[in-house]
Amino acid sequence: MPVQTPQQLNDLQKQYLADEEKFARKVLVCCGPGCLASGAANVVEEFKKLLKKKRIQNFSVEALKETGCHGLCEQGPLVVIEPQGIFYTKVKAKHVEKIIETSIRKDEVVTNLLYTDPKTNQTIERYADISFYSHQHRIALRHLGKISQYDIRDYIAQGGYQALAKALTKMKPDEIIDEVTKSGLRGRGGAGFLAGRKWATCRKAEEQPHYVICNGDEGDPGAFMDRAIMEGDPHSVLEGMIICARAVGSNDGYIYVREEYPLAVQNLQLAIDQATEYGFLGENILGTGFSFNIKVSRGGGAFVCGESSALMKSVAGEVGEPRAKYVRSVLKGLFDKPTVLNNVESFANVPVIINEGGEKFASLGTPKSTGTKAFSLVGKVRNTGLIEVPMGTTLREIIYDIGGGIQNDRPFKAVQTGGPSGGCLPESKLDLPVDFDTLTEAGSMMGSGGMIVVDDRTCVVDLAKYFLGFLVDESCGKCTPCREGLYQLHRLAVKISEGEATEEDLIKMEKLSEMIIIGSLCGLGKSGPNPFLSTIQYFRDEYLAHIREKRCPAGVCRALIRYDVIAEKCDGCMACIETCAVHAITGKKGEVHVIDQDKCDKCGACYAVCNRDAIKVT
Amino acid sequence: MTPDFSKLPQIIDRYPKNSESLIAVLQDIQKEYHYLPSETLKETAKALDVPLSKVFSVSTFYNAFSLYPRGEKVIRICVGTTCHIRGAKVIQQQLEDRLKIKAGQTTPDLKYTLEVVNCVGACAMAPVVIVNDKYYGSVKVSDSKKLMRRG
Repeated sequence: MPVQTPQQLNDLQKQYLADEEKFARKVLVCCGPGCLASGAANVVEEFKKLLKKKRIQNFSVEALKETGCHGLCEQGPLVVIEPQGIFYTKVKAKHVEKIIETSIRKDEVVTNLLYTDPKTNQTIERYADISFYSHQHRIALRHLGKISQYDIRDYIAQGGYQALAKALTKMKPDEIIDEVTKSGLRGRGGAGFLAGRKWATCRKAEEQPHYVICNGDEGDPGAFMDRAIMEGDPHSVLEGMIICARAVGSNDGYIYVREEYPLAVQNLQLAIDQATEYGFLGENILGTGFSFNIKVSRGGGAFVCGESSALMKSVAGEVGEPRAKYVRSVLKGLFDKPTVLNNVESFANVPVIINEGGEKFASLGTPKSTGTKAFSLVGKVRNTGLIEVPMGTTLREIIYDIGGGIQNDRPFKAVQTGGPSGGCLPESKLDLPVDFDTLTEAGSMMGSGGMIVVDDRTCVVDLAKYFLGFLVDESCGKCTPCREGLYQLHRLAVKISEGEATEEDLIKMEKLSEMIIIGSLCGLGKSGPNPFLSTIQYFRDEYLAHIREKRCPAGVCRALIRYDVIAEKCDGCMACIETCAVHAITGKKGEVHVIDQDKCDKCGACYAVCNRDAIKVT
Repeated sequence: MTPDFSKLPQIIDRYPKNSESLIAVLQDIQKEYHYLPSETLKETAKALDVPLSKVFSVSTFYNAFSLYPRGEKVIRICVGTTCHIRGAKVIQQQLEDRLKIKAGQTTPDLKYTLEVVNCVGACAMAPVVIVNDKYYGSVKVSDSKKLMRRG
């Protein structure tokens, strides 16, 4: 029964809200990528099993929701009990019975599953009081963790598709574009191009048909905001796309999803089927005569396909090689037709902009970077996870107030943003506001939202080598500066990490970088040297230690380090002997162990496994 | 052992017969056989009316495709940035040493394939290892033997 009018949609919303209110409680189990990796599926199964058996007044298994990412992945699997907002962490199947009896049947709390604030050591009952959440402002992630990721009814109950109804029945296409322009929304994929301007150009393009593509090829390693949105709140992406299609006059859309995200493909397809059934997709949407269809296009695992022209080639079933963009893809895109390409997070913001107005969105953030931005805050911070903050929030607030500081109180060394195209910023830059322009000026970039914090045990030479190696693998090979230039740059970085380089090599690397930036065809090559350039800018001493002293200060570069047992600390527990895959450690139980330097392959497994800090790296 | 190709026509029939469907068809073949047997590439080229050279080019361009048979257990180590700084390299080394193969290879008895993958988007649980599509988070160096038994 397709929804034909805005009134019918309002009625549905009321009905679904009333359906939810029948239950005194709601149980939200996070089934985001992080929680699934720590066993959330078992928790859901246990809840289902027990709730089928038990009889509880004003409650049933229907009030159990499998939601998208709650954000605080480090503490997963997470379970939230609404309406109280009780937040349970590290929940295992064996805890489920207790949760049901205590917090669902009764109005009490299982204290040993509560979150403990690492600073004050006090337990906190409600998630709204946890500093990880209280410093955030969620727009793109507004529904994550609050609604079932499989059920369109939950989305409608939260006001879903109201923006679509407004855009289709109360606004002209130009008014939609005006609203998006007023909001100042810039592309969340990293380039930061004004969405409103892109949409206007496409609308005016004479050639037909027009296409709308959502870029869900989140290739930056260390970033998973888009994955979380596609899996946990797929309808907000669809709604944004349909509104865009109406504005630019398109009837066909594609969502391009990385093949590494099978769950995102599955949830998006499910959402498309549901939206079609409800009449938000397909022919004659909401009875307005407007038609739009969306296909999911699975990527093939190539980083370069995040680049617009390569992505469009891949959607067309071809090898994903970028083209020179003398004519922009908004005019000559998919199948050489005018195409709007925005990323997942950009589209997820659109319904809110339409509902609440562009000015309200623009009042958040900074004048040139409006609104909020989602980040995946990961690496060596205490609270790793998914966050969203107003643009202009400082790196320090993000890392210390939300992230809770560095794990094990080790010193902060750098924060890496922007993925392989971005850079590393040192402690002196921690008070910079995070927005599109400031980070670029500082030699990094905001990028799509990966934020990787590293401590003193991470070697920046190794990090630069890692990114360059990544880019060598992922360069499509079409243009020589990128294909050969990055290869040579990586080779020189390897030489430094092995203690074989001279200072002249650094000069070569800087010159080579300049050439690669000028000569490469697409963004991958043009930004390829950034991981090297930003680290040499801020951490030249560390490079020089590798070159002059043949020393890796962080104790990472294998050719320059050795592992030894500290005899006074070793209690002969055999843990390292059992772990060593090359049998380089000898010793008996209770006796001090010895590492044979000739056999040791410097993998660091013994160092990682020793509970007594009895292995040193020099 | 030659795989059973009887399912191939069904796979190809899921999609419109044009070059736009190429990647999707290859992905489904890869899913069914865990690699792209050469016979299937020829059939796909014929059915979609695409030159075999293009089918080959697409199947070697994307990381998702393998032209060689893969093992019963596919162990994929995430080597995204976060996993890298949290010790994915050490885990990779451990598994390579234990399985006596390098990442990207399959053991001669076709029991294990070891692969690396550029970020699976579970960065908060780094380092992550995936055994036959099941995710294991916060993997420790000492878990390598356990991981080999999983899946």
